[in-house]
Amino acid sequence: MTTTTPPTTSRPAPRAAASGTPPTSRGRRRRSVGRRSTPLTIVMLAVLAYFLLPLFWLAVSSTKSTQDLFTSFGLWFSHAPQLLENVHETLTHDDGVFLHWLLNTVLYSVGSALGAALLAAAAGYGFAKYRFRGNNAAFALVLGAVMIPTTALAIPTYLLFAKVDLVNTPWAIVLPSLVSPFGLYLMRIYAADAVPDSLLEAARIDGAGELRIFCTIALRLLAPGLVTVVLFTLVATWNNYFLPLIMLNDPKLYPVTVGLSSWASQAFGGGSGANSNMLALVVTGSLISVIPLVVAFLLLQRYWQSGLAAGGVKQ
Amino acid sequence: MTATTVASTEEPRRAGPRRRLGGLRQGAAGPLFVAPFMVLFLLMFLAPLGYAAYLSLFQQRLIGGNTFVGLDNYLTALKDPLLREGVVRVAEFFLIQVPLMLVLALVFALALDSGLLRLARVIRLGIFVPYAVPSVVATLMWGYLYGPDFGPFAQLSQKLGLPVPHFLSDGWMLGSLANVVTWEFVGYNMIILYAALRTVPTELYEAAAMDGAGPWRIAWSIKLPALRPALMLTLLFSVIGSFQLFNEPKLLQPIAPDVIDNSYTANLYAYSLAFTGQQVNYSAAVSFFLGLVIVIFSYAVLFTANRRRNS
Repeated sequence: MTTTTPPTTSRPAPRAAASGTPPTSRGRRRRSVGRRSTPLTIVMLAVLAYFLLPLFWLAVSSTKSTQDLFTSFGLWFSHAPQLLENVHETLTHDDGVFLHWLLNTVLYSVGSALGAALLAAAAGYGFAKYRFRGNNAAFALVLGAVMIPTTALAIPTYLLFAKVDLVNTPWAIVLPSLVSPFGLYLMRIYAADAVPDSLLEAARIDGAGELRIFCTIALRLLAPGLVTVVLFTLVATWNNYFLPLIMLNDPKLYPVTVGLSSWASQAFGGGSGANSNMLALVVTGSLISVIPLVVAFLLLQRYWQSGLAAGGVKQ
Repeated sequence: MTATTVASTEEPRRAGPRRRLGGLRQGAAGPLFVAPFMVLFLLMFLAPLGYAAYLSLFQQRLIGGNTFVGLDNYLTALKDPLLREGVVRVAEFFLIQVPLMLVLALVFALALDSGLLRLARVIRLGIFVPYAVPSVVATLMWGYLYGPDFGPFAQLSQKLGLPVPHFLSDGWMLGSLANVVTWEFVGYNMIILYAALRTVPTELYEAAAMDGAGPWRIAWSIKLPALRPALMLTLLFSVIGSFQLFNEPKLLQPIAPDVIDNSYTANLYAYSLAFTGQQVNYSAAVSFFLGLVIVIFSYAVLFTANRRRNS
């Protein structure tokens, strides 16, 4: 919440409308400037309030002690704000296990996202720019796999990983996250459009090898699509709960999602005495875990929006 | 930003194979680009699927150990009232939540695209932000907001002398879950639809306006048909998402243990079979069965939607 407002509100609306729009729509935008609708804006601001309400609650609540969480009004600050105490306690509770979780989440999700994006880029480029036997069949097979529910896969994957001793290691989280059928689909469409055949031909005539062409020319042209895949895989792994829940049982290996839920069930379930301040930790920890992704999405919005635009159009 | 670092850090590591690949015929390069992805795909998608299928044909017995039982587990699954209850519940959830979410996403995308909004960018990003929030955090937040003793809604209605809404009671739970999921994913679907709208050529609108079409007519006759493929995509993802509903009920379980039992959704049932019931084989059959239900349902949805277009 605190992080979402600054970058957006600091920009006046007219400038916002003018910047970052694709050239095709510029004419439309210009035409419609000057007949803005106030009633529609008010309705949409009410809608916006609904979407920001829980995050506002989270930001307000992270300044409260567990006692104030129960006694003061939920949507406003209490008399004794203590954000820094809460942050400090969250980060140091149980020998700083929360920092471990945060670091694990960053490692798992950044590793998976970069790996998945590169694999998807190479394969998408291969499918888009080369004709070979089984090309279409392989692509269709992967697309069909989008329909397999990940959770239906997770339990058998767990059983397989248990056989090869991969359970309870970081690989158990990263390896399944490296395969992104949606990423492949997006990169294939993106590569078909963004990498002109004539450029490839020119590079071949100059004697460049295929892998060199990919690394020096294609990857650069694929950059916006790559950022999109990186971001969405990052979110998927960062927010993943089911897979780490079943794969890991060492708290030191937990990502932040599983860690927070274990704190939450202590806070709700334990009830008596021992974990009296747990709820404040859960709330503050939640806020800390939300901030990095929200910031990443806001900073990189130009990239992922154009990447999604390419994917949303031609199917 | 990230992409450039990807490109630069990856080059030295690939220096070895590059030399080899450079000499290859162009024809071999395609499969080689595709191979790393496909190998992992086989290992991470097809192998577990095959293994689940294999496991589902066996049973652990006290006498005789691991025994081949054919389709017995599937017959048990078909007759299992707990599984049926879970599947029916997620189907119900799908019917309530998905139309609501997609209609909202569509309306928001059309509003954003109409050019009539002030602060359009703020509104667009604000509605999208929940997508970046982990479902664990989303459910914890809403779970707290729903609280009948200390949640702000309960506090407000107490102050106003109104009856306290019991969001976590048996009758409300499915709606409360639908609200959490809607909150998380409306923005994502809206962005996909909005991105698709942005690519409709402006000339179409201008031509329609010239012919006297108002904004509503343009939305109905030009924008909606243009959104078809994107709508199908979001619908497909929503079918898959709702049938494997797990995180939200699992996380609300500690605060509403009487309402959400271990078979509340089909997926929760498969999970508890494998991890608390130790019935690995039956759990594999249930997962496989659920996957089948999802595939059939997805195709049914796609088929109905396509037929309606053709007729």
